[in-house]
Amino acid sequence: MTTSTLDHAHDDHHGHAHDHDHAHDMPTGARRWLFATNHKDIGTLYLWFAFIMLLSGGVLALMIRTELFQPGLQFFRPEFFNQLTTMHGIVMVFGAIMPAFVGFANWMIPLQVGASDMAFARMNNFSFWLLPPAAILLATSFFVPGGATAAGWTLYAPLSTQMGPGMDMAIFALHIMGASSIMGSINIIVTILNMRAPGMTLMKMPMFCWTWLITAFLLIAVMPVLAGAITMTLTDRHFGTSFFNAAGGGDPVMYQHIFWFFGHPEVYIMILPAFGIVSQIIPAFARKPLFGYASMVYATASIAILSFIVWAHHMFTTGMPVTSQLFFMYATMLISVPTGVKVFNWVATMWKGSMTFETPMLFAVGFIFVFTMGGFTGLILAVTPIDIQVQDTYYVVAHFHYVLVAGSLFALFAGFYYWAPKWTGHMYPEGRGKAHFWLSLITFNITFFPMHFLGLAGMPRRYADYAVQFTDFNMIVSVGAFGFGLSQVYFLFAVVLPTIRGGEKALAKPWEGAEGLEWTVPSPAPFHTFENPPLVK
Amino acid sequence: MTYAKRLHALMLGLAVGISIPALAAPEITGRPVEHQLNMQTPVTGIGADIYSLHNWMMIVCLVIFVGVFGVMFYSVFKHRKSRGHKPATFHESTAVEIAWTIVPFLIVIGMALPATKTVVAMKDTSNADLTIKATGMQWKWGYDYLKGEGEGIAFLSNLSTPRTQIGEPGVANTEARGENYLLEVDNEMVVPVGKKIRMVLTANDVIHAWTIPAFAIKQDAIPGFVRDSWFRADKIGTYRGNCVELCGKDHAFMPIVVRVVSSEDYSAWVATKKKEMAALADDPTKVWTIDELKTKGEAVYAANCVACHQANGKGVPNTFAPLDGSAVVNGAKAHQVEVLLNGQDTPAYAAAMPAWKQLSDSDIAAVITYTRNTWSNKAAENIVQPAEVLAARSK
Repeated sequence: MTTSTLDHAHDDHHGHAHDHDHAHDMPTGARRWLFATNHKDIGTLYLWFAFIMLLSGGVLALMIRTELFQPGLQFFRPEFFNQLTTMHGIVMVFGAIMPAFVGFANWMIPLQVGASDMAFARMNNFSFWLLPPAAILLATSFFVPGGATAAGWTLYAPLSTQMGPGMDMAIFALHIMGASSIMGSINIIVTILNMRAPGMTLMKMPMFCWTWLITAFLLIAVMPVLAGAITMTLTDRHFGTSFFNAAGGGDPVMYQHIFWFFGHPEVYIMILPAFGIVSQIIPAFARKPLFGYASMVYATASIAILSFIVWAHHMFTTGMPVTSQLFFMYATMLISVPTGVKVFNWVATMWKGSMTFETPMLFAVGFIFVFTMGGFTGLILAVTPIDIQVQDTYYVVAHFHYVLVAGSLFALFAGFYYWAPKWTGHMYPEGRGKAHFWLSLITFNITFFPMHFLGLAGMPRRYADYAVQFTDFNMIVSVGAFGFGLSQVYFLFAVVLPTIRGGEKALAKPWEGAEGLEWTVPSPAPFHTFENPPLVK
Repeated sequence: MTYAKRLHALMLGLAVGISIPALAAPEITGRPVEHQLNMQTPVTGIGADIYSLHNWMMIVCLVIFVGVFGVMFYSVFKHRKSRGHKPATFHESTAVEIAWTIVPFLIVIGMALPATKTVVAMKDTSNADLTIKATGMQWKWGYDYLKGEGEGIAFLSNLSTPRTQIGEPGVANTEARGENYLLEVDNEMVVPVGKKIRMVLTANDVIHAWTIPAFAIKQDAIPGFVRDSWFRADKIGTYRGNCVELCGKDHAFMPIVVRVVSSEDYSAWVATKKKEMAALADDPTKVWTIDELKTKGEAVYAANCVACHQANGKGVPNTFAPLDGSAVVNGAKAHQVEVLLNGQDTPAYAAAMPAWKQLSDSDIAAVITYTRNTWSNKAAENIVQPAEVLAARSK
């Protein structure tokens, strides 16, 4: 990719964009969105859906932090508190982060590989429109008798069999979202493998496409595993089976094995596309090609393959045999090697570059810095004895928020600032973007850094109430959490909406050092692009 | 806590934070301390291994962190366009790339080797002096001394922090929270110092997990299965932990407390406990008055039933059955005895009633009598004698 040049006259595109001689005119009104088959419209739908879910999940998180501001029960009963933690997890993982990356894939993959649209346009529509019913199921489950599921986002059996109908609604919601993810992945794989512009070999592809290609294979491999686990939970609940019930010959730990066989690749599903976005942005603002493109691809693939053989590191305290504990410890520690390669490559890309720090670059550098801290705690957690000491404490909560918020979410923000000019045709307000970055970075650390100390000292997670010795750190955490939440409201009202409504007109290529086919089409990208594939040398 | 003490704690924390183990030997409290920045001070060999393993990993990670981000931030400040830096064009170097794959690999091995030793040691539960079974229940722990001195001792361990300290939504706590808030129980597990204790873990209903951070022991309690782990506490004291696997509503309210005592004190405790148990052992032929049964039943109810069925007997809609006005409580007593002994699972409520066979005949008789004469209940058969429970058991 980095060495490719384009042999494509820009005027050509304009010719096509204004050429309305073929059948599909741009539909208007509700039909445009309901029957959307255009990858850009569907990408926009995904992104808005994800952002709404992000804010909803954020409200749940702030309710959690309100209760935990001080010891004692002030606002919520413990049974409702458990619903909050559970739904916060499910909404953020399946409603916010995953759909947001699919939204980016929809928008950017056809533009980056020079395809006119996604391979299966109508399936693409179906993938998206499955999501709102799932979200409605999750939201309304709070109002059924017994409330939403309170078994934790991992839905461990046999606690999950004690839940009311809210649990069944969550199971159906997960099934629907899983089906959506699988269809989305098929679309992405076929688009990338079959619809690349002539001359764009796989090893010339932008890193974002590479990471998504690998992610899509992970999704297809593991979403059915999750579906299996929750279907067994469903039949245990209603049809008298005993998959996870020891009294009937089942095993509660088997649920955990199946769940984490899905769950561990799932965390890479949420981080690999983030690696892709960062790998696009760093070279653009360092004005220097990505260091070690090939090793980036191999590192991504290695991480994906290793992700299938580390699942039981989530289960060290279930009491596995010593050989299993050692195997899963070694395999998990091994993941730090390809992950390290990625970080080193990014730093080497920056080295001797000619850097500027517009908001996308700030978020990308912030990502590397803070994600790496999550990586280190991951390495520490990989060591079985230490993991046993901090399992199910706030140390783990800190770790996965460092990789999921400072990792995935920061990369999504970086990607938004980088590509919003292409999407909207306007430059975002730079000063406000930078304010959003610094607010997010600082409040993020105020929120999650003290959790390391709480976890090491032994504060268990998913607790509605805690020992008085933990009070001060919990107060800091709650204050930080409200700051972080408000920063995202600022992002919506001060950055996103103003950028969509107006602002400085964006050039076709607003970033001096950016490379790739997406910058060869005008900003905003016309409804139809690359009707004639460009030629990549 | 005075400011001097706070400062002291902070300094200690800093010392630990930068990993100078010599300075980091705070007093052993057996519970977390305010502003604690590292693990609780270990009182077992395994705990000490884990503590130093963690310090070692922190040092390595910090060195790498400073190295990598030193380079990155040097670059961030020096290689800027605004400083007129012209971009280089290099984009690969096989030698460098191989080096930074191999070196981390070696570092990882350096971390895995000492950890392996600890893993193997943690799994070795052989040659224990004492074997204790802990059973997780929603939401309390049960202890059975299975083997070694004190064999046969069994008791339940409930949270002893009063509700008046916890408060509830909309109702503030009326009593100040103590230093062992949510870390105190009515019956502590007692073990002798310096002896290898094998813990056998299981659960009655859902998965729980048993931990004492100062012992560095943590093991899930899985219903229908037994798993084991072990510890050997080297210092006399009281050590506190929590249930650490989400187990439903009162997950945060089932702490674990282990009191480590000298072997003489332990023998004395065993003797008292055995006497207590003998005194508690039932004479099933005794005939109780209804008031005696109601008084005893109220205590049994508060210890065992209130978490689900609630103090007002109304249960939790769709989850836990109400007893106030219940057909079972107001109907034939034989059926209620059977429900208590064998449990009951009806589709009307998400949670099943567990079996309560482990309670004594008089406990069961008393609690049934209590429920039949409390709230709005006025059962026709309003009294159950221990002998009837005993008879029902042998059926």
